[in-house]
Amino acid sequence: MPWPENLRLLSPEITLTAFALLVLGLDMAIKRLKDTLAYVAIGGLTLAIVATSLLFGTQRSLFSEMLTVDPFALYFKVVACLTTGLVILSSIDFMKTKTPYRGEFFGLLLLATLAITLLAGASDLVMIYLSLEFLSLTSYVLVGYLRGDPKSSEGGIKYFLYGAVTSAVMLYGVSLLYGITGFTNLAEIRNALLSPASPVASTPWLILPAIILMLAGFGFKIALVPFHQWTPDAYEGAPTPIAAFLSVGPKAAGFAVLIRVFLTALPVYQIDWVAILSGISLVSMTFGNLVAIQQTNIKRMLAYSSIAQVGYILLGVVAAGPGTVGITGVLLFILAYLFTNLGAFVAVVAFSHVTGSDEIADYAGLIRRAPFLATALVVFFMSLAGIPPTGGFLGKLFVFGAAVQMGQNIFYFLAAVGVLNSVISLYYYFNVVRQMFFLPPKEERSLQIPVTLLLAVAATMAMTLIMGLYPQPFINLATRSMQPMAMLPW
Amino acid sequence: MNIPYLTLITFLPILGSLVIICLPRDKEKAIKWFSVALSLLPLALSAIVWLHYDYRTGSIQFEEVYSWIPAINVRYRMGVDGISVPLVFLTALLTTISLYYSLYTIHERVKEYFALFLLLATGMFGVFVSLDFFLFYIFWEIGLVPMYFLIGVWGGPRREYAAIKFFLYTLSGSVLMLLAILGMYFDQGTFDILELAKLRPFAGNFTLQALAFWGIFAALAIKVPMWPFHTWLPDAHVEAPTAGSVILAGILLKLGGYGFFRILLPIFPLAFAQFALIIAILALISIVYGALVSMAQWDLKKLIAYSSVNHMGYVMLGLAAAAAPLAGGNLADQYTATSLAIFNSRAMALNGAVLQMFNHGIITGGLFLLVGVIYERAHARDLKVFGGLGVIMPVYYGIMTATCLASLGLPGLAGFISEFLIFRGSLAIITPIAVIAISGIVVTAAMFLWKVIQLMFLGPLNEKWAALPDMHRFEVACMAPLIFFMVLFGLYPTPILSLINGAVVKLLSGL
Repeated sequence: MPWPENLRLLSPEITLTAFALLVLGLDMAIKRLKDTLAYVAIGGLTLAIVATSLLFGTQRSLFSEMLTVDPFALYFKVVACLTTGLVILSSIDFMKTKTPYRGEFFGLLLLATLAITLLAGASDLVMIYLSLEFLSLTSYVLVGYLRGDPKSSEGGIKYFLYGAVTSAVMLYGVSLLYGITGFTNLAEIRNALLSPASPVASTPWLILPAIILMLAGFGFKIALVPFHQWTPDAYEGAPTPIAAFLSVGPKAAGFAVLIRVFLTALPVYQIDWVAILSGISLVSMTFGNLVAIQQTNIKRMLAYSSIAQVGYILLGVVAAGPGTVGITGVLLFILAYLFTNLGAFVAVVAFSHVTGSDEIADYAGLIRRAPFLATALVVFFMSLAGIPPTGGFLGKLFVFGAAVQMGQNIFYFLAAVGVLNSVISLYYYFNVVRQMFFLPPKEERSLQIPVTLLLAVAATMAMTLIMGLYPQPFINLATRSMQPMAMLPW
Repeated sequence: MNIPYLTLITFLPILGSLVIICLPRDKEKAIKWFSVALSLLPLALSAIVWLHYDYRTGSIQFEEVYSWIPAINVRYRMGVDGISVPLVFLTALLTTISLYYSLYTIHERVKEYFALFLLLATGMFGVFVSLDFFLFYIFWEIGLVPMYFLIGVWGGPRREYAAIKFFLYTLSGSVLMLLAILGMYFDQGTFDILELAKLRPFAGNFTLQALAFWGIFAALAIKVPMWPFHTWLPDAHVEAPTAGSVILAGILLKLGGYGFFRILLPIFPLAFAQFALIIAILALISIVYGALVSMAQWDLKKLIAYSSVNHMGYVMLGLAAAAAPLAGGNLADQYTATSLAIFNSRAMALNGAVLQMFNHGIITGGLFLLVGVIYERAHARDLKVFGGLGVIMPVYYGIMTATCLASLGLPGLAGFISEFLIFRGSLAIITPIAVIAISGIVVTAAMFLWKVIQLMFLGPLNEKWAALPDMHRFEVACMAPLIFFMVLFGLYPTPILSLINGAVVKLLSGL
């Protein structure tokens, strides 16, 4: 393939790299720029989104099939850029009071976004491992960014140690798969496993361990039970915008890789991984919800809630089959979850920026002190609990619908557990609502929220509602984006 | 020009709600009067719909169909028939009355209260007029949120507990219904309620039919509520502010009942026939248990709350009778003399059930208003502390007595007609159950006469209450339309029955 063509296909990644370097360079060169750099970064992300949408519809492989450019990957690239854009918007005022090193902060966020865009297209185990590590390294730094704050450092260290172990474990799984098949490219692994002279015939028992070991790596990024232990501490310790980023960006990337690896390389073993993922999905949602009930810190509550949410999303992966809406559901759910969960986090950022607290009890009487923020939080919590007319409802409609569509008893059971879990989750989401609306405020002073944060809250709330009220374009986009997965031989 | 009546009825309240949000908080008077005035529009429109509805065909009229989400075959489809028209009117009437009553009784957080109340109205109207499951489900759920706030912010001492209990209980039923809806969609490829009634989803697979049936049943039975799904009701009804109780008892319970007519019976007649006996027995327990527990209460509001379990039990009895299998009488068969007689009995039971929903709305809605009247004055609802109020509050005495008599089914008042029709219909089909169920009437009669009228109004006057003023003019104004309909439909039910009958006969013939 000629070089100019490759460059065109890589334009989103190139844009992100260029802007990341630009932000880092400008930060070093001109000291006063700091907060202006946020807008430079947002500009870069906007350009990257434009570049991505120009590529939509392409279906190509690059660099000896290390990277794939297809609608599925492009969808996740847009998700990554949107996430980072909103996170940066919510950091501008928040980080001012926390750290003087803000230029690098935005640069690192752009690099993390770059890692996600690479992951979304990675179609070779080596490429997957490298981008996963890239994403992890930038994330470790971001979690522990507040050097003076012991909780932030603790979160960073925990995240790092846990990440280092799981990525080693995952590498072991990758090497097993390579050892069995002799390939690292996903499509070639599939062909090797399918061929009658398959080398796997001599060692069939190695496939299952390989799947489980690789899941450790994906599960860590997505924060699935039992790879979730780092989540509450990292979320609580990290600067809140970074917790917001972690709750969406790396999770989306993890799902992109998980779907691509399992559907492209391992369709032959679908029964095995579906069984494992069903169990993980079931445990994740139930565990996440039950533990979230007991939390008194809103960031920890959202951490456990995000564990439950990925349990629902995983249900869509489990129910992926020819003709089902499973993967479409995953894509829709992730987009809805992006707006909803980031919205909730941005509201938390706004509250903690003004009051300095993350305790749920301090949200008492918020409707009196910041009516817009309180109302927006109700919308986000409704969406997280899956109450229409919100994006969260649409996502759940599709993933639970996919499970129902499978038409087998076990999937009916999974769907029933899923919906009943949504009812449980309503209890703790609306516990915050109860504080905000039913209880009197501890102090009457109304909250002055910076305009960037209000903007981010308004945008996410609007998108949450639009996805619920007029989902047609989103469904079309998701359906088109899942085509590469649907075209794979099942 | 084609006026989109149903869209206007449904969405005018939420528009009003948005306007209120934009008004400044301290303009309380403007907010209050604006809400009441706005609620008159759906009331007028629903009266027009009632008058212009051609009841002879019993078909769906005032239809509006627009494309909405073609990707999953969801349409914006609204329409009403003889079953929904009275309920839409009831919703409009009780909403206006509740808002008018709140005008004088709500003094805290006025802006939020009226905005939420109007949002609630949109949810309720929407359920009664939607003919597409996607649309239906959105309205079904959206009503929960404002009611949660109404109970939780303006309710009684245990309001927080009652609010979340109400929400969780109803939601757990709703999500099971959602799964059933998804199952029907993937079986038939449509969310259209009327289409599905023709297509009969899961035709070859009774297990799935039964699963879907019970999933939807759970959602509806919790809303109605039927024993043993009723435990949220006493908490919610007692803790809610007066206007909230009126809406809860008057309309929210009907959402469940209405679902049986619109969804469960037409889409799953086979499964309904199969399980009719179970439903009849649950209805019977609701009737007897509701009446007895109600009689055991000493809190006036709780007593009326439990009486709803009893009264909605009659609705379910009528439904079960209409669907029950019977030797020699297929559901829709009306060709021989016997089968015609059975068909007529089924139609009577269903007519009675729809009418009972309307009547229960105006009667029990009225009773909760009357509880509010005494509670505003005495700040007590304990029946043991009253007595002799008839002397000092003659107007209240008169109105309360009339409403209680209507509720216990005195001939000449509305409650009698519907209960008579239900019993007449079900006696011919599920005789033993209907016979036992009649005992419920005796218990409710004893309860209203002894506990409410005798203990509150007769006997020696408790001096503590000697200074209580009689009903204010606005309270009488709230009750007047309700009393009017109780008397009108008690003496001359033809206008409403002919409306209901057309739709009921069409429904039965389609099974």
